Amino acid sequence: MSRTLFTFKGGVHPPEHKTESNTQPIHSAPLPRHLVIPLSQHIGNPAKPVVNVGDLVRKGQMIAAADGYISAAVHASSSGTVTAIDMQAVPHISGLHDLCITLETDGRDEWIERTPLDYLAMAPTELRMQLRDMGLAGLGGAVFPSAVKLDPGAAHFCPTLIINGGECEPWITCDDLLMRHHADDILQGVAVMRHLLGSTEILIGIEDNKSEAIAAMQAAATRMDFAVEIVPVPAHYPGGGAKQMIQVLTGKEVPSGKLSTDIGIQVFNVGTAHALARAVHHGEPLISRLVTVTGHVQRPQNFEVLIGTPMRTLITLAGERDGTTGVLMGGPMMGVPMPSLDVPVVKATNCVLVKSAELFPPLPRAMPCIRCTRCADACPAELQPQELFRFAKAGDFGRAQEYHLFDCIECGCCSYVCPSHIPLVDYYRYAKSEIWAREKEKRASDLARERHEFRQFRIEREKKEKAEKLAAKAHAARAHAAQEQTPRTEPGAGEGAASSEADARKALIAAAIARAQAKKAEVAPKNTDNVSPATQREIEEIEARRAKIRELARKPLESEEKP
Amino acid sequence: MLAALLVMVGIAVVIGLVLGWSAIRLKVEGNPLAEKIDAILPQTQCGQCGFPGCRPYAEAIAKGEADINQCPPGGEEGMKKLADLLGVDPKPLDESHGAPKPKSVAFIDEQTCIGCTLCIQACPVDAIVGAAKQMHTIVAAECTGCELCVPPCPVDCISMVPIAEDLPHWKWKHPVIMMKRVA
Amino acid sequence: MPAPFILDRSSVTQVMAWVLVALLPGVATYVWLFGPGILVTLSLATATALAAEAAMLKTRGYPAKPFLADLSAIVTAWLLALSLPSLAPWWLIVTGTLFAIVVAKHLYGGLGQNIFNPAMVGYAVLIVSFPVQMTQWAGPLELTATPLSLTQSASVIFGGDFPKATLDAVTMATPLDALRTGLLQQLTVDEVMTRSIFGHYGGVGFEWLAAAFLLGGLLLWALRIISWQVPLAFLAGIWLAAGFLHFFDAGRFGAPWFHLFAPSVMLGAFFIATDPVTGATTPRGKLIFGFGAGLLTIIIRTWGGFPDGVAFAILLMNLSVPLIDAWTQPRIYGGAKHPDKDPSA
Repeated sequence: MSRTLFTFKGGVHPPEHKTESNTQPIHSAPLPRHLVIPLSQHIGNPAKPVVNVGDLVRKGQMIAAADGYISAAVHASSSGTVTAIDMQAVPHISGLHDLCITLETDGRDEWIERTPLDYLAMAPTELRMQLRDMGLAGLGGAVFPSAVKLDPGAAHFCPTLIINGGECEPWITCDDLLMRHHADDILQGVAVMRHLLGSTEILIGIEDNKSEAIAAMQAAATRMDFAVEIVPVPAHYPGGGAKQMIQVLTGKEVPSGKLSTDIGIQVFNVGTAHALARAVHHGEPLISRLVTVTGHVQRPQNFEVLIGTPMRTLITLAGERDGTTGVLMGGPMMGVPMPSLDVPVVKATNCVLVKSAELFPPLPRAMPCIRCTRCADACPAELQPQELFRFAKAGDFGRAQEYHLFDCIECGCCSYVCPSHIPLVDYYRYAKSEIWAREKEKRASDLARERHEFRQFRIEREKKEKAEKLAAKAHAARAHAAQEQTPRTEPGAGEGAASSEADARKALIAAAIARAQAKKAEVAPKNTDNVSPATQREIEEIEARRAKIRELARKPLESEEKP
Repeated sequence: MLAALLVMVGIAVVIGLVLGWSAIRLKVEGNPLAEKIDAILPQTQCGQCGFPGCRPYAEAIAKGEADINQCPPGGEEGMKKLADLLGVDPKPLDESHGAPKPKSVAFIDEQTCIGCTLCIQACPVDAIVGAAKQMHTIVAAECTGCELCVPPCPVDCISMVPIAEDLPHWKWKHPVIMMKRVA
Repeated sequence: MPAPFILDRSSVTQVMAWVLVALLPGVATYVWLFGPGILVTLSLATATALAAEAAMLKTRGYPAKPFLADLSAIVTAWLLALSLPSLAPWWLIVTGTLFAIVVAKHLYGGLGQNIFNPAMVGYAVLIVSFPVQMTQWAGPLELTATPLSLTQSASVIFGGDFPKATLDAVTMATPLDALRTGLLQQLTVDEVMTRSIFGHYGGVGFEWLAAAFLLGGLLLWALRIISWQVPLAFLAGIWLAAGFLHFFDAGRFGAPWFHLFAPSVMLGAFFIATDPVTGATTPRGKLIFGFGAGLLTIIIRTWGGFPDGVAFAILLMNLSVPLIDAWTQPRIYGGAKHPDKDPSA
């Protein structure tokens, strides 16, 4: 193993706190009485419910179907009755509610019939659709639907496949434990990925503070019938970020605004590979995952948890302690504070980190920026965070974008080193979300403008048609059978010896309208030209979806498989 | 004296030529100002400004026939953008054209609706579907919240519902740092 | 408050405290070679700065405690005090410090907002307004017959009854000043350099003071409180510019080593030009900033109206920071171009 490793710029070394939880074996969390399963656990369109309140479901049964290409299905994590399909608290910083399906478990934990997939015999498209319907999404944190990432696209193959076992974020050990105990399964999943992507080089990057995991993976790799290289990489936050992992292993950088597949590299988290193996070889959809429960609890450890299990159950299981000051989903660098303990574990939940005043002292008051550029030194995206901060704070979002705001991966290194203790990442998130909202507003107003213009065009056209009809009627009354054409092709319709002045005037108006309309049609946007409003809407929807895909496809890969 | 005069005249001629040449070479086609103004306006098409839609208002501003503070849906921010674009001083919104309100969409109480189609005719963006004697409904995604459908309704079954914050619309807030003492 | 929830142990106070610590070798050398008078200047400047800072914070509605505890006012006071002649009258020190804190710092928005280095603004105001008083430098003890004690220094500074003859005996022109007046008298550099004030490189005592500031500066660099770009480029600018001139006419232009080993240069390179608030932030920008300041220093020293040019050079470069930063935005991960540099944008 003499692969030359590269380094990424910046990064920090926060205290690791891994040993609290990685010395314990994995336990299965018990079946709770109620499972609350959110329908939007992945990036993309929320899944659409396919069950009704009162339905009996079995473990692994699809309860909500994927809606569109960038989406993933949602399944019942255990058998029982659907008791509600409504808005419930979800693990999101806002504390807002989202559509969830609530199951009352019956305790029998009865599986549906599970059929392994013969993936080698299946058409790749069909296999990907199967995986989407089995709810597979990236388990590194960004939960991007895996089926989409397993599509090599126009290139037809993706030469390098990187499996990310970095887990650089402090406290979290679920990937570590997964690699120690399920190395073979992970590699089975890798085999499927390799098949779909046509990869020839497979690298598994693991931070060198996980020696047991490295050993287990290396042992498993020797049992595979294809070459897999297990590469220990230096433990250095955010080395588990997809872009950083790519840089360390290959020395390549993902071009700004592009995807890693554009340079022939795809990255998956080890957990995703494991879930893929369960789906393909055991026919099990994604209904559970490993969750590290650590921090201010009596017995920090990893649990195998059914999706939908309330976080409170896990904390009770790990031993709640007095003096808890809050709960994070994820680690201390990028984790999200939970609005309540009743929120369920979702596919993105890699860690439930319980805070206390000793472990996480309240942050000191922020001081003004002194432009010391420590943040710039620590930034793995090599940005100038102090400038981004200045622009974001001033609401100068255009300048923030010019200074590459959207290349920020929100890893938190800048905030971590800031001597003025400025919550820099907050400012970047604020600026990004404002920019997104504005773009959305812009699209809405563009749509309104188009619809308004179309409406005016339609009214004009209706008027014209009315006038035409009247003019035609006048002609018919005069019984001059020679001319039965429309005023549009023959503007001088009212010419022939006008007996009625009113008719003539009407015809003239009709002609003027026709001319105006013809002129308008020339300048009108193409898609309002001769397309029905429904078709037009459809086109716009497709456009919006495309834009969304681009936007989404870009974001997750930056933070996907984050720590 | 004569030399100085000649020099000045020479300079004037040269500058005149340069200006004339650039006027021809760098000419901008069309009237992009109304376009730019229209791009800033919120496209609510509500007519609160006194013009029948955003585009006519934009044209009126471009011609100098209307002021920049007549658009309540655009709010303070829209007015500032217009002031910025036109290089004029921002001014407070003209109260006589209405006050800014939280963004809302119209909602038809389908029990009360008699299917008179008056609201359909009033809607500037064709966001209401329905037919005569059939119950009508609002396509919320396309409703601009202009309220033009509210007055024509003979049975008052249309109400404006503010858009509630939900996850897809949720935004990160501006971080609050208490630097200064607040009295 | 969202992530991250942990912080590195660093703070503005810590940064400023290290700057003060790094100044201590310089202060100690000052006392050792020039007598204890500087301690009076330092104390007076510190007290004035703290009082002015507290008053300004109160006026502007900011809490006094965290902002006084950040030590930035003391750093400004020390830098100004070390730039002033050590026997400058008290009102000069107070005026300079007040101007630095009130006008150059707080009227621009306080910590982190000022465009110009406050200490250098204070210095520039004083040297423009009171050029005569700004020459009361205590000579190096080595060359002084009767060195002043602490109380005597205080008495001079506070304008006590002090015989002019005694004062003239202890004050002396600085080497830079001596060179300047010598050259104005049509002497060659070599002729001027024969005077007793000139030592090996930069003047008796002064060269050691410069070395002490260099030592403190290296400490700051080792602690990564300052980056290497600014000081190195600054010194390189001085050395190259002075060396260039000296190479062409050694009789009219001082040697590069002489220019380098003036205390103001070392103080400027490591402590003043490295002020993050008023300096360039990009790596290449820091190089340009430092080099420009060094170049301007020599230009002002050679052709300007004042004996030293460090303060003006740094202030001029402060002025160009936004431009330098905008033009030197570095390449980012993934290689997207900055629109300012992208002609197609």
